[in-house]
Amino acid sequence: MIVADRKPLEEILNSIKDYKKIMLMGCGGCVTVCFSGGAKAVELLASQITMARKKDDSEIEIVQCTPERQCEYEFNDAFKDDLASVDAVLSTACGVGVQAMAVQFPKLITLPALNTKFMGYPVEHAVWEEKCAGCGDCVLGWTGGLCPIARCAKKLLNGPCGGSSNGVCEVDKDTECVWQLIYDRLKDLDKLENLTQVREPKDWRTSTNAGQRKIKFEEAML
Amino acid sequence: MKAASTLEKVLSAGHFAVTAELGPPQNANAEAIKKKSAHCLGKVEAVNITDNQTAIVRMSSIAAAALALSHGLEPVVQMVCRDRNRIAMQSDILGAAALGCKNLLCLSGDHQMFGIHPEAANVYDLDSIQLIAMVKKMRDDKQFLSGDPIKEFEPRIFIGAVENPFADPFEFRVVRLAKKAAAGADFIQTQCIFDIDKFARWMELIVKQGLHKKTYILAGLTPVRSHRALIYMKNNVAGMSIPDELIERMEAAEDPKAEGVNICLEMIEKVKQMEGVAGIHLMPIGWESITPVILEQAGLLPRPQV
Ligand code: SF4
Ligand code: SF4
Repeated sequence: MIVADRKPLEEILNSIKDYKKIMLMGCGGCVTVCFSGGAKAVELLASQITMARKKDDSEIEIVQCTPERQCEYEFNDAFKDDLASVDAVLSTACGVGVQAMAVQFPKLITLPALNTKFMGYPVEHAVWEEKCAGCGDCVLGWTGGLCPIARCAKKLLNGPCGGSSNGVCEVDKDTECVWQLIYDRLKDLDKLENLTQVREPKDWRTSTNAGQRKIKFEEAML
Repeated sequence: MKAASTLEKVLSAGHFAVTAELGPPQNANAEAIKKKSAHCLGKVEAVNITDNQTAIVRMSSIAAAALALSHGLEPVVQMVCRDRNRIAMQSDILGAAALGCKNLLCLSGDHQMFGIHPEAANVYDLDSIQLIAMVKKMRDDKQFLSGDPIKEFEPRIFIGAVENPFADPFEFRVVRLAKKAAAGADFIQTQCIFDIDKFARWMELIVKQGLHKKTYILAGLTPVRSHRALIYMKNNVAGMSIPDELIERMEAAEDPKAEGVNICLEMIEKVKQMEGVAGIHLMPIGWESITPVILEQAGLLPRPQV
């Protein structure tokens, strides 16, 4: 899932300071699961904004809604009429949802209330960790299912570096060295031979280095 | 001969080689290189010119290497994977070779979080092992990484790499060295050795696999001036193994500087006795003037003429 985190309230307030009526628009997808942008988060943020603006003597009207997924036009369509009456949209979807809104309603400004962080999953209650960087050419098959691209601070394919110590990454004492984990896992699986060959340089064209990527699923095309 | 550098000649003639470290200044002062070069001139086979070590901006390693060359020293140009992609690296390798640099040391590089620009983007297009393989391809196959030919004047480079016997996982450090040798590393310099017993265990594994016959291994040594330096490294540098006895010995010493030199001399003696160690690499961090003193006392001067 996509994991996102709310922007500081100050920054949000500043971004909407010129508007008198906004749509605060959540998303029922990933950001609901990670607590940052679902209906509850929308409600909380709306009350924080209302209070702050009252204090500043510049009241604001907030319409709230939470489409099932803000990243698909059809779910946003249902709120077309409400959207016609607001000055701007404040979105608590991930960056994908914000962009879908921007394209779907080109006359309206859609502002992000979240910082979209990464793709990952919860490792314990309310704690998410990054697991995939969407590099477009997955190597998990030989790494024992652990990703060195998203999780190693140097994206090494022939790791670990010389800073791996006691299972911890040299960059951050609270982050495990994924290369130590890869080693341990392949050892358990009796597949250490996966690490003896020199892995070739990666073709980064499949990643974020060649502009916007696009996928067509021919079979499903009408 | 692969590059016919002095370092390569000394090693291939079977002499015990000596290299030292030279950190470029954090400014554009060419004199600083001259001054530091003076400590090493005629005392070592080559000096490592570090590449923005610990991610602190310094004079470029290739420019500093060219200056060192002009003062009569043979450089080992360090190149890290942190700051350049494969295009810039190959371009710099051609440039370094054109300037007369014959040794290149390939490293991943300290992460930018340690330096003065933690907010910078890093590159890591290649990792250190892929960099080694790329230099070898340029030299031996006369090809760029892309496979495009290098028509004449391919870079003749003696390829170096580093390995840290004290990082984890311990057993895998030997495999990793084997990978570096297979990729094309002609010589290896190790991380500073303080835990001589652990180093000895690692060397045994290296020799058992015959890796010392595939690549020359230079033992990294750092003379220290105080026990505080050791404590600092123990607490702040990842992948270091510093025995408490050593810290206690330095703390108890009446003349810590002299004791630091003594310890370094003892280590040189020990690594000289170890099978598979082809030389030493001295890294007197901020204490370059001690290099000739240590080499003299260790009986490593004068250097062999090759
Ligand atoms: S290798 Fe690439 S696609 Fe696979 S998990 Fe890592 S970043 Fe994602
Ligand atoms: S310590 Fe491990 S995770 Fe961190 S940069 Fe080095 S290899 Fe990557």
